[in-house]
Amino acid sequence: MKISFYINGNAHSIEADGNTPLLWVIRDVLDLKGTKFGCGKAACGACTIHVDGEAVRSCSYSAKFAEGKNITTIEGLSAGDSLHPVQQAWIEEVVPQCGYCQPGFMMATAALLEKIPNPTDQDIDDNIVNICRCGTYYRMRKAIHRAAEIKNANI
Amino acid sequence: MSESKPKKKFSRRKFIIRSAVGVGVLLGTGYVTRPVWRRSLAEMANSAEAPYLGDTESPLLWFEVSAENQVVLYSPKVEMGQGTFTGLAQIAADELEVDINKIKVVHAPTASGNIDGMSTGGSTSISSLWQPLRELAATMREMLKNEAARIMETDAAALTVKEGVVSGNGQTLTYGEIAKQVKEWNIPDTPPLKDVKSYKFIGKPIPRVDLADKVAGASIFGMDAAMPDMLYGAVARPSSIGAKYVSADTSRAEKMPGVVKVVREKDFVGVVARSRMEAENAKNAIIVTWDTGKNWQSEDIEEMIRVGKGEPYVIQKAGRAKRILDNEEEVFTAEYKSPVGAHAQLEPNGAVAYVEGDKATVIISTQVVNITRNEVAERLGLEKENVNIIPAYLGGGFGRRLHTPNAMQAAVLSKAVGKPVKCFFNRQEEFQNDTFRPPTHHVLRAKLGAGGLIKAIEHNVSSGDVMYGSPMVPALAEPILGADVGAWRGGMIQYRKIPNYRAVSWRVKLPFATSWWRSLGLLANTFAIESFMDELAIKAGKDPVQFRLDQIQEDEAGYRLKEVIRAAAQKAGWRDGAHNGRAMGFAASTDANTPCAHVVEVSVEDGEIRVHKVTCAIDPGFAVNPDQVRAQCEGCIIMGLSAAMFEKMTVKDGQLTPTIYGPYKMALMKHAPKEIDVVILENADAPGAVGEPPLGPIGAAIANAVFRITGQRLREMPLQLA
Repeated sequence: MKISFYINGNAHSIEADGNTPLLWVIRDVLDLKGTKFGCGKAACGACTIHVDGEAVRSCSYSAKFAEGKNITTIEGLSAGDSLHPVQQAWIEEVVPQCGYCQPGFMMATAALLEKIPNPTDQDIDDNIVNICRCGTYYRMRKAIHRAAEIKNANI
Repeated sequence: MSESKPKKKFSRRKFIIRSAVGVGVLLGTGYVTRPVWRRSLAEMANSAEAPYLGDTESPLLWFEVSAENQVVLYSPKVEMGQGTFTGLAQIAADELEVDINKIKVVHAPTASGNIDGMSTGGSTSISSLWQPLRELAATMREMLKNEAARIMETDAAALTVKEGVVSGNGQTLTYGEIAKQVKEWNIPDTPPLKDVKSYKFIGKPIPRVDLADKVAGASIFGMDAAMPDMLYGAVARPSSIGAKYVSADTSRAEKMPGVVKVVREKDFVGVVARSRMEAENAKNAIIVTWDTGKNWQSEDIEEMIRVGKGEPYVIQKAGRAKRILDNEEEVFTAEYKSPVGAHAQLEPNGAVAYVEGDKATVIISTQVVNITRNEVAERLGLEKENVNIIPAYLGGGFGRRLHTPNAMQAAVLSKAVGKPVKCFFNRQEEFQNDTFRPPTHHVLRAKLGAGGLIKAIEHNVSSGDVMYGSPMVPALAEPILGADVGAWRGGMIQYRKIPNYRAVSWRVKLPFATSWWRSLGLLANTFAIESFMDELAIKAGKDPVQFRLDQIQEDEAGYRLKEVIRAAAQKAGWRDGAHNGRAMGFAASTDANTPCAHVVEVSVEDGEIRVHKVTCAIDPGFAVNPDQVRAQCEGCIIMGLSAAMFEKMTVKDGQLTPTIYGPYKMALMKHAPKEIDVVILENADAPGAVGEPPLGPIGAAIANAVFRITGQRLREMPLQLA
């Protein structure tokens, strides 16, 4: 079927089986490789994207539901040349190790900050539930608080 | 509180002599299978620095200077998160005399000729390349300077080099300008290295060189790799332990949409299709007949992994520990256990392969570039020089990518269709076909003597194999060493002032693959020994930190161990016992010559163990990048905490389970300590191991703290309160 949506601000129409997970459309059809495959069952969060501003695990989101939606991936997180506050904080805290899960965490964090501009540790524990095997959670928590600071200072 | 410091000098010569001694002992005597030889080999394996098994003399294999004045460093070590690319860039920049931002580190494809003969593993990348890479970079700098002299028609001695620019005789040339004008390089003798104190990048907390790309989501991992006109493959994998491929009914799969070809081999069946989903769906339509063996259950495995069963090998012996513990009264005994652990790295295994005639190209996340190449070459009957393995960033390694049969499978599928094929595991296959951390059972015995110190102690560990069965380990090692070095890593007694001590490794062959899992046996062995030390300290009525310090020998290793123990205790403000619902727990270990100690601060809330803070002291000898040493400590602490508190694979009706995150419980953000304080000591002249040693003490430290709050002594991982 034909599916039309906006991805990172650009209109796209693709031809795909509507039941294909959106993740594979993003990765293999649109060639945006920053969104990762981890488990295929929405259990790890490596594939987290934004659909109309909501954090969504794209491995378990059928492409047909993307019709008419605004989709953002890690490639579209920053606007123009300036880094998104989350990415800026991630750099300041030198968060990534292997880096594979990090786009998913950054997308989840960016969505969290839209809802809760100053998340407490409890908010972070409750909302950031992706999996990182390298164990960067400690730096990530610092980076999430730092991202909130940057974002609030920019307003 | 500091003692005089017996400092050991490290030199490359020593690495070579040590490894040569190892080989000489292995080949030169018929007595090697005698227990005493085995023990000395075990001691050597426990303490020897790993040599680097690749080119160390050809700067042109390592460096490429572009006309734009960039230096490309072709790394034979892969980047899996451990920060090796950054450390190597620092090491090269200082001796090359260029700004670190001018260096771009990339994985060396095997076609470049810069091939690591062994693996990226064992926490050896920085330590083994510390000397060779500085020499290579210094030689490259001299080569550029010599060429500049030729171009400028002056004497090289009259030239100075600063930040990638050679000047003298009123002229200046950048490295890029020089390289443009060189037709043939001459390699001079290795120049003297700079004074360590003069280094601008080495020893500094430089941000990771892959940071910007990883934060942008732009780094290409194995699973992101692509080739033009690429198809997608899927291979049917067994879900049962020991299952062997017999035959397959592919009639339905062949008619599935998008299928290009079903590929039948003697040992597997796979399918190639136009998209990943089509390949997966077609694979699922194949009806495979497997020869499944016994219907294994967890109880069967527990019955096998038991001290007293399997083959015992004495790996450490001093005094008369066995005689004392067998015959004397008041011997204290305790047993500990650890479960089967999964790697659970986020990027599944797979590869992109293209076989064209007598040549093959494979892009893959691998820790064994050379072995991957040789296996592909052998399977396809190609010259290995015609197989180019291009490593991509690894979405986690942890030992999982020391086995890469997936490269062969992708290559076979590609050959069958004459196009590039990308073939990856799904998550269920990843869990069921993992090469697991083996389960362990430990029996510790000790007797306290005069002054409440240990008179005799013995550690018995029963474990599945770690290193045997790997293409990395020569078949010769098994009959000679007997015990599996990986299984007993961390299993020796490190308190060598104790007059009588002994360690025994019981080897068990399990029906499923067990192998390297970050730090190998260190986590489980340290959990057992350091929990037991805590129990003994309490029995002796002593402070557990002082109890350890009192029983460490006076030599270089002992000095460094005592220093990290003191540093951790001091930084954490160590105090014994529970206070306001919280308690500290202490543990220490030495791994690959790197001592490490943890103090954890724990509470129990709503019946759950909460780890609030970890103070870690580590002595890696010398820290090339203190921030990345910290990052490795933090990562080891959290990964170790996850394994110690949550993770467990079980065997049910012949299958390893669970097969998905969630049911395979792992530490999440909410479980990670909110404070991690790392103290780095540098009591040697050269960098040592960092990527695994901090995993050692974490399980025991948590269990020791839990005892102080609850009175429950948890002797089995994952730690669960009654």
